[in-house]
Amino acid sequence: MTNPPISRGFRAKSRPAGHRDRVPPGQHLVSDFPVLSAGPTPQIDLVRWRFSLRERGKILKEWNWDEFNALPQTDWKRDIHCVTTWSKLDTHWRGVTVDDLLRAVGHDEAPAPYVMMHSAGGYTTNLPSADLVGGKAMVATLYEGKPLDPEHGWPARLVVPHLYFWKSAKWLIGLDFIPENRQGFWEDLGYHDYGDPWQEQRYVGD
Amino acid sequence: MSVTSPVTSQRKNWRVAEVVDIGEETSRVRTLTLRVADWAGHVPGQHVDVRLTGEDGSQAQRSYSITSGPEAREISLAVERLDEGEVSPYLASEVRPGDRFELRGPIGGYFIWTVERGGPLVLIAGGSGIAPLMSMLRHRAAKKAKFPATLLYSARRYDEIIFREELDRMAVADPNLQVAYTLTREQPADWRGGNKRIDRESLMAFVNPPKQRPQIYVCGPSGLVENTAKLLVEIGHERGCIRTERFGPTGA
Repeated sequence: MTNPPISRGFRAKSRPAGHRDRVPPGQHLVSDFPVLSAGPTPQIDLVRWRFSLRERGKILKEWNWDEFNALPQTDWKRDIHCVTTWSKLDTHWRGVTVDDLLRAVGHDEAPAPYVMMHSAGGYTTNLPSADLVGGKAMVATLYEGKPLDPEHGWPARLVVPHLYFWKSAKWLIGLDFIPENRQGFWEDLGYHDYGDPWQEQRYVGD
Repeated sequence: MSVTSPVTSQRKNWRVAEVVDIGEETSRVRTLTLRVADWAGHVPGQHVDVRLTGEDGSQAQRSYSITSGPEAREISLAVERLDEGEVSPYLASEVRPGDRFELRGPIGGYFIWTVERGGPLVLIAGGSGIAPLMSMLRHRAAKKAKFPATLLYSARRYDEIIFREELDRMAVADPNLQVAYTLTREQPADWRGGNKRIDRESLMAFVNPPKQRPQIYVCGPSGLVENTAKLLVEIGHERGCIRTERFGPTGA
């Protein structure tokens, strides 16, 4: 397109030195942790909480809360990027990587090329399996050393930091490996199917 | 979904918007009325992304809810000045009629409502969270819809109620519209509205009972939205009837 109009006297805040290569285009840094949810926060009972790994809907393995916490734990420090334009650097997470979940059911790799993430409350989001394995994703239970806040996905959420954060489903209760791609909740409502912040893939067609 | 939304199909290109009018709503909030060439229309509740470019080439973008109804010829945004903001101080203080900047949208396919969806309609706002709900109310008024609608609006002070005069006029003109304010910090001496945060009691008083299955939209700061949605579920409203949108300080 032609050059954008210039806003007299406007100047974007410069990104902190040394962080420019960590803040994707169109993003700005925040120090708080904003919330994005479409509806009420689900009420979850830990005693009845189950996490399942599925293939085409069929359960490969299901864990209760204690069993899930007995899986190998991994600590991460990562930058996260929300489609609503905030980014947050050096966030700390602890949880179980998707690689370790697959290993727990005897798989060295994902059993199908796509995954649908399922959350309590009915939220879904989709990804290629390749974006969840190889150390790219974890099911986190601790943020900054503490249990997640309810509005941030307690007791467990996905963390896929290399994609916009709506892909990091809150209140996660299962991963379903599927042979063909299907769209999740926001993807079906006009958000990008993949959501790479470095390509600014916010909405359909980006 | 019964609402066909312009969000879902094609790429959202950046377009140039020209400011045609500026209205002062409160000491911190302005309405910008914009002319956008080939604007395809919007559904109440949707937002746009605004991108500013400085003389040095630096850019910043933020999302703003559309406050005008789809029936208006031009689109309006409400911009609240946040002192630490990057974009809002410019839009809420510096920008003048005739100025141009980039915009794309409309965006959002969930926190939306049109008269075809019917009622009862319940809108619950905190502060500048009134913005997308105002588009719904203006649309409802333009369509002369008859089903009941309620706005429960929490602000800190009387002079921080955005769109107050228009809301009061709407409520007087429409017997099926109920507008209730609550002021959480400071109330005028003769104030007859609420004087505390939205709580179970005010929701019981103003929100249609669950058996009427009201369509409920809650928009405001995260704490207000979280608490209100939780109380609505406790009162017995179906989760699927409660749609939320949060405005944090980082919406600047």
